Amino acid sequence: MASSQSQPNRLATGGRIDRNQPCHFTFNGEPLEGFAGDSLASALLANNKHLVARSFKYHRPRGIMGAGVEEPNAMVQLGYGAHTIPNLKATEIELHDGLEAESVNCWPSVSFDVSSINGLFSKFFPAGFYYKTFMPSQFLWMKVFEPIIRKAAGWGKAPSEPDPDSYDHRHVHCDVMVVGGGPAGLAAAREAAKSGARVILADEQPEFGGSLLSLNRTVDGLSGADWVAREVQKLEAASEVRLLPRTTVFGYYHHNYLCAVERRHDRYDQGSSSADPQMRLWHIRAKMVVLATGAHERPLVFADNDRPGIMLASAAQSYVNRYGVAPGRRAVLFTNNDGAYEAALDLKAAGVEVAEIVDVRQEATGTLPKEALEAGIKVSSNSAITAVKGKSRVAGVTLHKLGGNGQSVSGEGRQVACDLILMSGGWSPVVHLFCHTQGKMAFDEAKACFVPAKPREATLWAGAVGGSFDLAGALVEGVAQGRTAALAAGFEPTDGDSPVIASEEPDLGSLEARWVVPTVEPIGRSKAKHFVDYQNDSTAADIRLAAREGFDNVEHMKRYTLSGFGTDQGKTGNINALAILSDAVDRAIAETGTTTFRPPYTPVPFGVMAGRELGDWLDPKRVTAIQDWHEAQGASFEDVGQWKRPWFFPKAGEDIHAAVARECAAVRDTVGLLDASTLGKIDIQGPDAAEFLNRIYTNAWLKLKVGSIRYGLMCHEDGMIFDDGTTARLGENHFLMTTTTGGAATVMDWLEEYLQTEWPDLKVYCTSVTEQWSTVAVAGPKARTVLERVCSDIDLAPEAFPFMTFRDGTVAGSPARVSRISFTGELSYEVSVPWSHGKALWEALYEAGEEFGITPYGTETMHVLRAEKGFIIVGQETDGTVTPQDLGMDWIVSKAKKDFIGKRSFSRADTVRLDRKQLVGLLTEDPGFVLPEGAQIVIDPNAPTPIPMLGHVTSSYWSPAMGRSIALALIKGGRARKGDRLFAPLEDRTQAVTIVDPVFIDPEGKRRDG
Amino acid sequence: MKIIQCPYCGERPELEFSYGGEAHIARPEDPAALSDEEWADFLFMRKNTKGIYLERWMHAAGCRRWFNAVRDTVTYEFLAVYKVGEMPPDLDRGEG
Repeated sequence: MASSQSQPNRLATGGRIDRNQPCHFTFNGEPLEGFAGDSLASALLANNKHLVARSFKYHRPRGIMGAGVEEPNAMVQLGYGAHTIPNLKATEIELHDGLEAESVNCWPSVSFDVSSINGLFSKFFPAGFYYKTFMPSQFLWMKVFEPIIRKAAGWGKAPSEPDPDSYDHRHVHCDVMVVGGGPAGLAAAREAAKSGARVILADEQPEFGGSLLSLNRTVDGLSGADWVAREVQKLEAASEVRLLPRTTVFGYYHHNYLCAVERRHDRYDQGSSSADPQMRLWHIRAKMVVLATGAHERPLVFADNDRPGIMLASAAQSYVNRYGVAPGRRAVLFTNNDGAYEAALDLKAAGVEVAEIVDVRQEATGTLPKEALEAGIKVSSNSAITAVKGKSRVAGVTLHKLGGNGQSVSGEGRQVACDLILMSGGWSPVVHLFCHTQGKMAFDEAKACFVPAKPREATLWAGAVGGSFDLAGALVEGVAQGRTAALAAGFEPTDGDSPVIASEEPDLGSLEARWVVPTVEPIGRSKAKHFVDYQNDSTAADIRLAAREGFDNVEHMKRYTLSGFGTDQGKTGNINALAILSDAVDRAIAETGTTTFRPPYTPVPFGVMAGRELGDWLDPKRVTAIQDWHEAQGASFEDVGQWKRPWFFPKAGEDIHAAVARECAAVRDTVGLLDASTLGKIDIQGPDAAEFLNRIYTNAWLKLKVGSIRYGLMCHEDGMIFDDGTTARLGENHFLMTTTTGGAATVMDWLEEYLQTEWPDLKVYCTSVTEQWSTVAVAGPKARTVLERVCSDIDLAPEAFPFMTFRDGTVAGSPARVSRISFTGELSYEVSVPWSHGKALWEALYEAGEEFGITPYGTETMHVLRAEKGFIIVGQETDGTVTPQDLGMDWIVSKAKKDFIGKRSFSRADTVRLDRKQLVGLLTEDPGFVLPEGAQIVIDPNAPTPIPMLGHVTSSYWSPAMGRSIALALIKGGRARKGDRLFAPLEDRTQAVTIVDPVFIDPEGKRRDG
Repeated sequence: MKIIQCPYCGERPELEFSYGGEAHIARPEDPAALSDEEWADFLFMRKNTKGIYLERWMHAAGCRRWFNAVRDTVTYEFLAVYKVGEMPPDLDRGEG
């Protein structure tokens, strides 16, 4: 059989590989060769590499157990620096020339692994080890166990460089979505397509065909592979059909919304351009879904069933038939069903010696067992493998006759030499997607598996996923469900009755479930381990321990043993685990139920989830009309919501402190310029506009004169402040509201909600006009002088243009609204012009003020200036638990109004408490020290812990005007504590502070008129 | 992701909608007349039913209008939608 020296296990003929296309690759640095069409796993086996990985917890040597995504062991790291991908299964990697892969979980190497010492100490690492260690002693956990475990455990390494690949997303609708391109899926897609329905057929493999690629079958008089080729060709030609090979449907959500990841290349290091992405995330909305996801073979749970060289019978069959690889030279098959006998026959036909078939059943009388006997294979029924010889590769087995109803062994053991063990414990339908939508399942006793029973969505299923493991059944169901799906989606099949697709296959016979195979010693007492979930190293003994310790609910057992976690998501281990649990607590499997299968079905790279939404495309970036000017001046920006706002404008050599000090001084001494365009603006019109504002704000609005402006606080019904701002009355029925920069959308929502749901009788219309008006604040003693130079048609004299009024006129040649509002305490004008005139306005003001050293300032200076005046910032002095009274702003809460939002809550027991946190000023005893915002304030820093905390610092700055630091704070009963000496215990010092009034400069407000 | 029927725009993906909690909790006509307990009940207490629940939704990325929905909080199924100010439709659900 073996031909080439470089691939000793490669069969001379057969397989779907291209022997004319050799692929050179390395595994753990060793140069090897395979062929195009190989998976990495089949190429490794062709080179007789069985030991490819170490297990997660015990670091036991592990081999290749499966041939597809069900593989729990053979996880590898694909190379290529920035292209590296961790934790791929060797069975799902297409081999290509130049591929580099490494084992994961192995240090320093796969064949010598120091961490396998965990295996020697496994008595001390039982199930629940983490919980048991963590619960009594956090210290032991954090200082001793966790660092050791973290170092030794963990799978592959995440790439450390930015991902060089490109990804995108596509959104599609279809009538019939068929998941899985095996015989059932192909038949379903074919029938649905005939009706003219839009059909999508997705399969995770690079080629369609599913089991037909690995089994010797005849369909429609053709070989399985030829039938697949013919059907795929027909589907490719159909205009309404989209074929998605290399595409894994990983999530199935409400209303037939499915997510699939398409690997667009046969290599993982291609697809770096947006025109040719590496992977694509498909968002599919289907009228009908046909699941044809097949089934995974289950391992048998016997002693040391994880040794390299032990694989699923169907996987061995795949390696022989699909890949032309003999995974061993002398095999033993261990089974509980007839179907697996076919694998032994296929291996024998390929030249592999089959030493013996070991069957746990009393007798095996089916067609396939008879064929095996006729082929001269020794069959031992009522027998079991009780021990496996060889650690890094199977060298032989010990066999015993079973006794006591299969629960124990009898007689003397018998040694059989072999280098390959095939196992088959029956089949588990791939119900993961079905379960994502909370479909109900039923336990099929005869087939010993869960099958879909009652869907939640418009879901049909066909073939092995529904327990029809035979080809004929899959084809019949595929045809029927494809037609049903099309019909349900509104398409009439045009060819009359359902066609029958003829096929030939052996009689797969019956199965007899045996959940744990006994050994000479009781399970869990000897060194031998009966693995259930290979990837998480969960054993039968662990599950029984979980049951004994009271974790007998399946979800508890899962968390206690880790069975069903990880990238594996219980693909091969789930049914065995819950059957063993059911047995341990003497409960029916149907009653135990399964754990929850959650998306994703297989791991999805973050890159493809992000798609194009990276960097500047992650979130909209909002800038004002003056942005170019700010950037040209070298402004430093901060994000306020989605807005970019100048934070400060550093001059050469200045840090933030120097720049802010200079900007602050300019506003207090001469004049500064602030881009205030980002403040939210809402145009409110209608006959009931004033009444509406009267209900929304805490103060009175009905009598506000046209041409005047008023500041308002908005509260929720619970009395807590959520936004503030000024609103101008432009006309009898017309107002312009400003909101905080970050709160604009929330306030708009809030106004609309009340107008639509509580007060639909009010005739009021709200329009967001934030981006219609550029607003520039000119602030400082010279503000009027500067503005006069660019505005000739408004009388700016204080008596003609009082504080909190506005005038319409012309500024810098543009129609403008000028408002006398001050957030700095200085004489200040806010000039609004149509958005597109913003930059011209700014430049005109800047030029007009150059003589006085007009200084552009950013949000940091704005914050300092307002804090010096004790003005609040919503979101800084408030956090959703602060009332106007807490801030000492009773003056803005109307006593006369009968009702407004929040009013009733101001008299609740909780809001009238005297010990509520109240806004105060703080002065540090060390005037040069700026308290960190968020610092806690206490009465006695030496009190026994936990020290009662009185409150916290909300704003804290160096104040150039005061020549010292200042802070605002929310302190319990703070207003009654004026003059008290309190403390801020910090990491490296305890700072004494004195409580003062929150208004630090100009409490009389003399400066605002210039 | 569900598809939600907006009574004004028709079927739209869930992403376009925002949730508004339990429906038919009218703001009291005269809050001052309420005891603290009654006011607290209005402010904080919601049925949070397991099963059929009447709740408010808003088509935020569409027509921006509020509407009401009858939804099963166990299955997440929308059984009906109706406009603000209307009463929930009689649902003859049968077994299902």
